[in-house]
Amino acid sequence: MSERRHELRRYPWRVRDSGELLLVVAAGVCLVASVTQTAAEGLKDPRIAIAFGALIAFGEVLRLNLPGDRESAPVGFAGALAYALLIRVGTHDVHYSAEQVVTVATIGMIIGALPHLAVGRPARVSGMAARLLCVACVAYIFRPLAGNAAVDQHWGLAASLMVSLTVLALLLEAVLTALLRVDEQRARFKVALVDEMRVQLPLGAAVGASALLIAFAAEVMGLAALAVFTAPLLVTQVAFRRYAGIRATYLQTVRALAKVTEIGGYVEPGHSERVSRLAVAVGRELGIHEPQLLELEYAALMHDIGQLSLHDPIPGGATVLVSRQDQQRIAELGADVIQQAHVLGSVAEIVRRQNEPYRAVDVEPDAAGAAPDGNRPSGPPLSSRIIKAANAFDDLVGSSLDPDRAAAAVQRLRLDTASEYDPATVEALSRVVSRRSVVQM
Amino acid sequence: MGKLSRAALLYISAVVAAAVVLVARGPFTGLSWQYVVFLGILVIVSESRATQLRKGQLTWSSSSAAMLASVVLVGPVGAAMVGACTALGLRRGPSVLQRVFNTAMYALSAYLAGRAFLALGGQVGLPGENSFPGIIWPFAGAALVLVAANHGLLSGVLWLTRGPDQGAAAALGSQGVGLSGRLLLSDLGYAAYGLLIAALWSVVGPFAPLLVLIPLFVARWAVAQFAEQQKAYEATVGALCQAVETKDFYTRGHSDRVSRGSVMIAREIGMRGERVEAIRYAGMLHDVGKLGVPTKVLRKTGTLTDQEYAAIQLHPMRGLDIVREIGFLDEALAGIMHHHERIDGRGYPMGLAGEEIPEFARVLAVADAFDSMTSTRSYRGARPVGEAVAELRKWSGTQFDPAFVDAFVAALRREGWQRPEPPRPPGSPLLGSEDLAALTEPDHDDPGTPLRVIDSL
Repeated sequence: MSERRHELRRYPWRVRDSGELLLVVAAGVCLVASVTQTAAEGLKDPRIAIAFGALIAFGEVLRLNLPGDRESAPVGFAGALAYALLIRVGTHDVHYSAEQVVTVATIGMIIGALPHLAVGRPARVSGMAARLLCVACVAYIFRPLAGNAAVDQHWGLAASLMVSLTVLALLLEAVLTALLRVDEQRARFKVALVDEMRVQLPLGAAVGASALLIAFAAEVMGLAALAVFTAPLLVTQVAFRRYAGIRATYLQTVRALAKVTEIGGYVEPGHSERVSRLAVAVGRELGIHEPQLLELEYAALMHDIGQLSLHDPIPGGATVLVSRQDQQRIAELGADVIQQAHVLGSVAEIVRRQNEPYRAVDVEPDAAGAAPDGNRPSGPPLSSRIIKAANAFDDLVGSSLDPDRAAAAVQRLRLDTASEYDPATVEALSRVVSRRSVVQM
Repeated sequence: MGKLSRAALLYISAVVAAAVVLVARGPFTGLSWQYVVFLGILVIVSESRATQLRKGQLTWSSSSAAMLASVVLVGPVGAAMVGACTALGLRRGPSVLQRVFNTAMYALSAYLAGRAFLALGGQVGLPGENSFPGIIWPFAGAALVLVAANHGLLSGVLWLTRGPDQGAAAALGSQGVGLSGRLLLSDLGYAAYGLLIAALWSVVGPFAPLLVLIPLFVARWAVAQFAEQQKAYEATVGALCQAVETKDFYTRGHSDRVSRGSVMIAREIGMRGERVEAIRYAGMLHDVGKLGVPTKVLRKTGTLTDQEYAAIQLHPMRGLDIVREIGFLDEALAGIMHHHERIDGRGYPMGLAGEEIPEFARVLAVADAFDSMTSTRSYRGARPVGEAVAELRKWSGTQFDPAFVDAFVAALRREGWQRPEPPRPPGSPLLGSEDLAALTEPDHDDPGTPLRVIDSL
């Protein structure tokens, strides 16, 4: 994933990052205004400000990578939200402005980002900007109300307001992150938003609950609430880190083991990786959701694993050049291997059907010996169609970056869309490939 | 549950009697029933949805948090009653006797925790601003007592019903002391939320448990996801390893058995859990590099040319090439790369000797050779375990690290060894061993394979 990002960063005019830029500028404007205001008015309740600033910085140090290259800072975000929602510490009513909240949150975030920079990790400004905007939104709505007598006295009113603002902030974060993803990965907004919500929901619930807990408990415990209610969130974060870790290892392992076909001389070096990359890009172009995208990636990585069972490697590994029966046999063998894992059921199915033609009309029933159900009601699954096209494309083009060759290969796939390849998939592939040639020129 | 010993029954009745007497003694005056009801419901919910960390292990639930909250809010008797709500948990599975014992155990430990809280100077009731931080020490004491009483009573019954060995192991979790420590810690961590629930009660009322437990439920969800992913991961690695093995008919299941053998050695010498995991994967993947060796060389009958032999000798390096990018412990990688080194320095690929060879590699070498000897090869039948052990001993000190050979033999004696079924290659009957020995090149894993020097390397 990081490799891919890197590739995109290489080209100078950075059209892709415009959304990120916009977000950072928005956060920057908000920040400058807030800092100026705070500087003019002076810091109120400095002890509380420092405590929350420290918590936010701490949370930012402990950033967490969620599956799908998402970065979040649950503890920092919860701390910032709690600071925005604070009414009372002990018996002391706090009255600070929304601008002060933004200022404290930013300083905390910047301090927390420094260790990341020091060890050479990226600062991830866009994520910080998104979090800051969410906090600012909550602060600008809630801070003016915090001094309000009605809110102060009616516990129910205050609580429901705080709960809805927390939910709002979490939703806003999902929307902003989804927008960034649309910009960065050319995903569709709706798809990206649903994916984002699905990934963020559990952790978001924990963050929201912790923010509310800190804000409420400060009334009873004073500033000790910060430390006390960060603990459950830390436990949650540790659990998520382990989960994200095994997910990453899983992907790495499948990637590595997919390479065995290359080392065994069955396929060209880099073939599985290229096919999977292309397949995922095409899948995203076609609006596939993330869980299915992951399955597609696994299937694409392992699509040639069946070749391991062949006695002699196919010359050059180009499966597009061998007979349909052989292709089908390889697919079946590969699917059998994957099936043995018992966990990747749909991946096995995708691999098994990767060679089926898009429309089975002109296939002689006896030629496709491995397709016993002659009159299938539906064609192969979308993921199989994508892998079929991506695989054929890579067999024709290989590691070459020549745009003419790519265009010729796309043209050849297009000619076969009557029966062999799914036209929509080929068109998506064509868009992905033409974008890629622009990037690499 | 019918075959309980008299001691076990006696023990269970004693626990139940103690719980009943202590609760019945009261006092019930001044008990806030509102708290008891809410916290009791919380216990029922937690008990109905206890997460099993791993199969056959203790379950882990948030009821201890509710019990400790009740220690603070309603005192020992109330806490015991909240603990007794365990009986109403909707979880299926436990038998009536188990349920009765669990109920008594929770009631008793909650009562003891409540007593400890009072003894350490804690005050029953809603904590106010002045309670902090004074309340923390009595509460910590109560939490410790609760967890200790729970674990103690439970180990007692397991000890009596399953015998000392198994009982202790089951009580501590089958992974041994490391995990039991973690389990205790997680229990204590959970316990801490009891105080938070109690403290928040004065601000948000009965919403307190809900709010406090959301992050925990999410954490539990993540832990369950982690366990699921890990299982899927293992299955996938296993399946892919099998795919690799299809290349060589005779080595089917080899990776799996080497992995098991290595784990036996690793446990025997007392490796840490994390390293045992790593060596398990290293065992599974140790021969992955054989894919870089052309099939016709692997299956060749007859003498290998120097080039072919060089190709075989390269397989550990190829394996390293493949697995390098996986985020494993580096030790596993070193083990895969060096599993054909010999203690006397005449192995490959680097010719390391003695302690220079990574520990993982020395462990893998023993398991690898042993499985090779006890499996059927195209040129010989499988050797019996005794003979293979004798062979290991013979090469101990020249090929193998004697310490690991000893550890393996000790583990073998205790756990035994599942030998593979003799394979039947398609189209040929099971080969008589002696006739073929002259025909073919011995398996590269066989100990005592004559060494060859290859110039082209």
